[in-house]
Amino acid sequence: MIELVCPAGNFPALKEAVNNGADAVYIGFKDDTNARHFAGLNFNEKNLPKAIEYAHQRGTKVFVAINTYPQPDGWPRWQKAVDMAADLGVDVLIIADISILDYAASKHPQITRHLSVQGSATSYESLRYYEKNFGIKRAVLPRVLSVSQVAHLAQHSPVELEVFGFGSLCIMAEGRCHLSSYVTGESPNTCGACSPAKSVRWEKTSQGLESRLNDVLIDRYDDGENAGYPTLCKGRFRIGGNTFHVLEEPTSLNTIEILPELDKIGIKAIKIEGRQRSPAYTQQVTRVWRQAIDFYYADPDNYTPQSQWSAALNKVSEGSQTTLGAYSRPWQ
Amino acid sequence: MKLSLGPLLYFWSLDDIESFYQSMLDTPVDILYLGETVCSKRRSLGFEQWMELAASLRDSKPVKGQPKEIVLSTLSLIEAESELKTLRRYCDNGDFLVEANDMAAVQLLSEKKIPFSIGPTINVYNAQTLAVMQKQGLQRWVMPVELSRHTLSGILNDMDEMGIKDKIETEIFSYGHMPLALSARCFTARAHNLPKDQCDLKCIDYPDGLQVKSQEDQSLFTLNGIQTLSGLRYDLYNELEEMQSMGVDIVRISPRSRQTKEIINAYYQKINKLEDKAAYTIAENCNGYWHGEPGMLQSSL
Repeated sequence: MIELVCPAGNFPALKEAVNNGADAVYIGFKDDTNARHFAGLNFNEKNLPKAIEYAHQRGTKVFVAINTYPQPDGWPRWQKAVDMAADLGVDVLIIADISILDYAASKHPQITRHLSVQGSATSYESLRYYEKNFGIKRAVLPRVLSVSQVAHLAQHSPVELEVFGFGSLCIMAEGRCHLSSYVTGESPNTCGACSPAKSVRWEKTSQGLESRLNDVLIDRYDDGENAGYPTLCKGRFRIGGNTFHVLEEPTSLNTIEILPELDKIGIKAIKIEGRQRSPAYTQQVTRVWRQAIDFYYADPDNYTPQSQWSAALNKVSEGSQTTLGAYSRPWQ
Repeated sequence: MKLSLGPLLYFWSLDDIESFYQSMLDTPVDILYLGETVCSKRRSLGFEQWMELAASLRDSKPVKGQPKEIVLSTLSLIEAESELKTLRRYCDNGDFLVEANDMAAVQLLSEKKIPFSIGPTINVYNAQTLAVMQKQGLQRWVMPVELSRHTLSGILNDMDEMGIKDKIETEIFSYGHMPLALSARCFTARAHNLPKDQCDLKCIDYPDGLQVKSQEDQSLFTLNGIQTLSGLRYDLYNELEEMQSMGVDIVRISPRSRQTKEIINAYYQKINKLEDKAAYTIAENCNGYWHGEPGMLQSSL
């Protein structure tokens, strides 16, 4: 049965995930060792044991993401994060950096290792590298592959595959995008942040509502237009005389309609994006996906997505619009 | 400190590619990286032709200086089986050093115990990672563009302590539009309202990429098919001396359709403390990453 892996940015969100049917929750520590290093988010030494206990008592696994890339000054902190997670008895470490994988594999071989999406493995040869050298059991795939590419990968992969099912959509190969540091100085790889909130500025001007990132104009909205968070790749920019979404429209990923396909090609887990979102988001999304997965397994041949699912999911989607992303590739 | 010419990132015709590399024989550049690293649909040269070009450049007697070292640089984002197939041919070429730009290439090379180098899109942020890869055959690395001199100095110190500094050459991307991101999508096709599969190979019309500006006309990015580059050119001309003193082995210049020779010459003169014939201007360029700031900034620190 496909495993449902849900995000928890804090204890209340973790409880929602656990109580609404997540098979596993994934969390991070309160520092730059994880790719959602946002103010007010994540877990520390104090509340993590309680969180693990809460999840384990209810049969839910706990995955800890230590999935940014340490630089020389920070390396011991990443090492400590691995030790702490291992000592507290988490089920899985989600890691991107080669040296941290190497460290976890040699120091805590008993703790299962998954390759983070930030590890950016998009072929089975790449997966073989991580399996052979660091014994990873599973890899989370970047959101750049089509369903047929994922299927091909699943056929040849030496490890289990986990794919993103719902949430914000990265259009770049994760772990290999420096757009954010080019403009703000902070990137997912170095700081666990993309287009960080501290660099954002909103301003009402005579030309409309403007969003800026480190002073760079990302978008300008007319009255009544839906204004979205100024993530760099979702801005409206200019090429020649044309102003448009040069890289991507602000939409969210939703793969609920291809759930049977994902199961048939051998995907082992669906990951829900959004550790930075509210407990209400985690509750809503976990509940719908649990229903969808149970509904599918009850009668695999007659699966059709229910209209109330999309209604519930659309309410919490970015840009109130969802897409299959690279899985279907309308732009191909 | 040696000078290298990184792989051509843009899509040029066969004639343009051949005459460009021919003209590089007259420059003091030491290392030439050859091959398509961005999009497998670009086939001005196929595998055999790249190999022929590589051999002919290696065997040519340059007007001045040593013969050029040739390295084969490989695709940066491997998605399709056909791309793996081509990648295997490069890795098995048996003649030239291969630069891996995706972990698939690292796997293929290390599995066969073939020594290799890695480009700036392989995520190496610390010396511990280099130590792991050194045991697997790593000989040379190019630092990811977003890292600073502070990080580099930390990595070089750690490499020294680990006893691997002399075993791995350090190369720094120092001039040109920086490769910032890779996607499954083609942004050049998107700009032309074309689907990726029917892109008409539009990249050929943009020998130095397609400029993206903000609505206030600030230069932001350069589109190059599935790759997004910086809007401004990175330029570490003023930092060459510092790199030399830190122990950087190789300085990389990224090819452009214009002025590549002039940049190579200016860098060569500066590195070798020769007379500066032309005044070098960096006014339009950026160097923020080196100084630990947003990459687009120009810092005078």
